[in-house]
Amino acid sequence: MADVVGVPGRLPAEFFTAGVTSFAEFLATHSPDSLPSRRTAPPLPMASEVPHGTTIVAACHTTGVTMAGDRRATMGNIIAQRDMEKVFQADEFSVVGIAGTAGTALEVVRLFQVELEHYEKLEGTPLSLDGKANRLASLIRANLAMALQGLAVVPLFAGYDLEADDPARAGRILSYDVTGGRYEEHAFHSVGSGSAFARGALKKLYREDFGETDAVLACIHALYDAADDDSATGGPDLTRRIWPLVLSVTADGVRKLGEEEIAALVHRVVEERMISPGGPIASMG
Amino acid sequence: MPFYVSPEQVMKDKADYARKGIARGRSVVVIAYADGLLFVAENASRALHKISEIYDRIAFAAVGKYNEFENLRVAGVRVADLRGFSYDRRDVTARGLANVYAQTLGTIFTETPKPYEVEIVVAEVGDAADDDQIYRLTYDGSVADEHGFVAMGGHAEQIGATVREGYVDGLALSDALGLAVRALATIDGETRELPAAQLEVAVLDRHRPRRKFRRLVGPALERVLPAATPG
Repeated sequence: MADVVGVPGRLPAEFFTAGVTSFAEFLATHSPDSLPSRRTAPPLPMASEVPHGTTIVAACHTTGVTMAGDRRATMGNIIAQRDMEKVFQADEFSVVGIAGTAGTALEVVRLFQVELEHYEKLEGTPLSLDGKANRLASLIRANLAMALQGLAVVPLFAGYDLEADDPARAGRILSYDVTGGRYEEHAFHSVGSGSAFARGALKKLYREDFGETDAVLACIHALYDAADDDSATGGPDLTRRIWPLVLSVTADGVRKLGEEEIAALVHRVVEERMISPGGPIASMG
Repeated sequence: MPFYVSPEQVMKDKADYARKGIARGRSVVVIAYADGLLFVAENASRALHKISEIYDRIAFAAVGKYNEFENLRVAGVRVADLRGFSYDRRDVTARGLANVYAQTLGTIFTETPKPYEVEIVVAEVGDAADDDQIYRLTYDGSVADEHGFVAMGGHAEQIGATVREGYVDGLALSDALGLAVRALATIDGETRELPAAQLEVAVLDRHRPRRKFRRLVGPALERVLPAATPG
């Protein structure tokens, strides 16, 4: 850490600034190069030279909201990683999933996690869900120059709103575009290269009265359908036991579904697909 | 107005000034117990805290002038988050923070006209009681590596003596809390009543996942406070 000239041994002034609660803002004054957004954008588009992450789905249910992500990262036609984790706990009551350039996205998630905890420690109280959503929007906005060169980060944010009037509607989903615009989604949403297929599947499978297990099953079906039609989205790897990563947020906090729980649900989905490869048949009336 | 003041006199005046400021205020006690570290402060305010979380395993406690130790607290949180972000969460230690605070307090004491009237503790809970660390820093940047317990603020010697009489390794939480409250409440042989509303209590509990710091308020505090508080 740099010392202020003339007063050696003392922490620089930015450590003592009053009224600044944002970790990203503090980094901007102290060591701006640590911020992902301050890196200079490459002169040429380079999307196919860096790993990209793909389909994320989220679905609300009566006790909160669930988010699931596939495990594949691709670099052009090469599979860069088979077991990438793309859904993360942001803080006690929220999760974030990322699609887009893997490296930049992971940096943004890491910064976001520290940002939320930093605010809570400084102020003694956590941010509201809308506050967290806005902070994420500004981190994404700062990445716009790189996004336009093919190094985009597109998150999906979901959380349990402790201030919601109706606990059955406390699960909330927010989506973002590369300019940092944020949009409230209802019931379910998906981002990434396979998102169109995932959303189509959820449109037919989703029910407003889903409990947590039903929502998880619907997400697994949706990811399966995305993997079916998008080469950049990975389906469940039964031989290596690599499952979709599923996180659920309820009034009790964030829970990562365990290996056995997920494996059982995935096997159930796969067995149904052995009979009906296109998934559960929706009735026509 | 003297033309020349000896450096010894300047430093002594600053030290006396700081010590007086600290002795005027209310006290804080830190006690090691079976599951970690307990922090108890006499503090009637619910909004202004003397005990705070710095990082996963690290807590901060202070006595003295509020805005000065609040400055230090905020700087400490920033140092910790910066280190954890630049390196890894496991690379943030109380020892590192104590060194930063020692440098800062020492520089403030010598370079600025008014020293900080603060005394602080930076403590880290380990996976076992032997790995717990308590660092006490005074207004001039001196660091002391403490074991078992610390008392600071007004009447610190008396309070420390009461804690020393009752302290053993591996106390249960309610016993440690009872000892702390008794020590804070007993001044010059007289024991006052210190109800839960006058206390700020927090622990670094080594059995909690990741973030070990937890405040004890309301019903959670009443449950652990020993039934018979001296009155």
